[in-house]
Amino acid sequence: MNPFIEIITQPDNIAIVIMIFMVSFFMVWAFQQAFHNDRLLAAGLPVDGENDKFVDTFKPLVRIELIIALVVMVGLTIWSIAVDAPLEEIANPTLTPNPAKAPWYFLGLQELLVYFDPWLAGVVLPSLIVVGLIAIPYIDINPKGNGYYTFAERKWSIIIFSFGFFVLWLLLIVIGVFFRGPGWLWYWPWQEWDHARVVFEPFRDLSSVVGIDSRSLAGFILGAVVTGAYMIGGMVWPYMYWKKNNPEFLTQLGMVRYITTVFLFITMMSIPIKMVLRLVFLIKYVWITPWFSI
Amino acid sequence: MKSLPEITNQVKKNLIWKSIFRRDYRNTVRDRAQAVFGNVFLHLHPVQVRESAVKLRFTWGMGGITFFAYLLLIITGVVLMFYYHPSIDQAYTDIKDLEFQVPFGVILRNLHRWGAHFMVIVVMIHMFRVFMTGSYKAPRQFNWGVGVILLVLTFLLSFTGYLTPWDQLGFWAITVGTNMGAATPLLGYQGPFSEFLHITPFNDVRFALLGGALVGGNALLRSYIWHCIAIPLVATILMFVHFWRVRKDGGISKPQK
Repeated sequence: MNPFIEIITQPDNIAIVIMIFMVSFFMVWAFQQAFHNDRLLAAGLPVDGENDKFVDTFKPLVRIELIIALVVMVGLTIWSIAVDAPLEEIANPTLTPNPAKAPWYFLGLQELLVYFDPWLAGVVLPSLIVVGLIAIPYIDINPKGNGYYTFAERKWSIIIFSFGFFVLWLLLIVIGVFFRGPGWLWYWPWQEWDHARVVFEPFRDLSSVVGIDSRSLAGFILGAVVTGAYMIGGMVWPYMYWKKNNPEFLTQLGMVRYITTVFLFITMMSIPIKMVLRLVFLIKYVWITPWFSI
Repeated sequence: MKSLPEITNQVKKNLIWKSIFRRDYRNTVRDRAQAVFGNVFLHLHPVQVRESAVKLRFTWGMGGITFFAYLLLIITGVVLMFYYHPSIDQAYTDIKDLEFQVPFGVILRNLHRWGAHFMVIVVMIHMFRVFMTGSYKAPRQFNWGVGVILLVLTFLLSFTGYLTPWDQLGFWAITVGTNMGAATPLLGYQGPFSEFLHITPFNDVRFALLGGALVGGNALLRSYIWHCIAIPLVATILMFVHFWRVRKDGGISKPQK
């Protein structure tokens, strides 16, 4: 059988297929309502729900809750009758499957292991994702777009969040589930999995591109300079930019919020940057120290 | 022979009936309100809600669906616990028994597994909806934070349940997952700077998660207790806080301009 069909019809992966359809549907619905409200706002009209009347909870709301509960229950029952939960061989510590994959919702993090060492991909970045998500309401000082769908009034927050949610989270999950085979190598849907496949990719470190041994002192210094330039430059440049173009915004934001926001943002953007470095330029580490490597 | 209305009337006058249902329901404003705040389950709601809360297009019902999935998982999970021993000698055969011995055992396990996947999906969509409507903005900042913690707990609930069948899939997923713990800076034996704290495979974060240096019987017991008792306890309490705060922060968010 075609390996892609085989992967896609694996019982656990049906959930991911369902996720793709559901998320796409609700994404379209959300943006459609956002653009609809934007047109209303542009025309100076009230947005959806602004002039809402009150209705009794009993029964309109209770009725719709009951209907949804029944629909969900019927759907899950059909799913449970149609597809059996997988049960593999009994656990065997001496027999390692290849690839050994985490549960699907963690495959985005497992995919990050290609680009970062485990302490970053498995511990620091996930912690920062959680902290960053909790921080959103405190660093987003835009008072508009509170309680209704809109795109025009909060363009940047929606673009940044959507990039994190759809690309860095869901797309990486989909890649991890459908495009990663033995040895965590990339397999296209039409390719057979080959357990003997070895890929020789001349991975190198950033400093070796310019001919300096990345484990030498010079390489260490170069890596530190590049990493430091990214972090410090990333912190300072937006400040300079806003100072010149929109100093009022900077005053409203305040220093603590500015540092938090920009730090979270450049950390998030280090993921696609590291991916491009790895996939396009075949660069493994930017900076190697005796204690950790980035 | 008595007619049906007569029988109904008589039942409603009965002392037992009256002790359970305090009053009759007549479709009046007062009784519609009474139906909500006089009922322990329905009084989660306000007596009146804005129209948007009743229409699907604003909330998509995702928070409620998540809660419904959680209730379904508790019910199927409790029934599954009757048939399961968290020990490496019995766990796997218990799951096999579900398949071959227990009446409706297969569908019970399927409901629990697919319900869990479903809950992870809908809780993510719920977060997306709350973001897109800007409902995390004042005064709901704190409740967004509670929601993020609940999202993480949902992942952890699903993850800890992965090991319980004690099959290859769960065993290696947990091995891969907990190996990340070994990479924790300072506190994992493979993590940066851990040598300064004299961290070894036998006293690091991973050891604490597994109750040993390898995935074994202790790890199975620990994941079972996290899965069935510890995390549901915390998640349930946080859900109370979450729902309570939805009400206290003004109900389903409405356009504020």
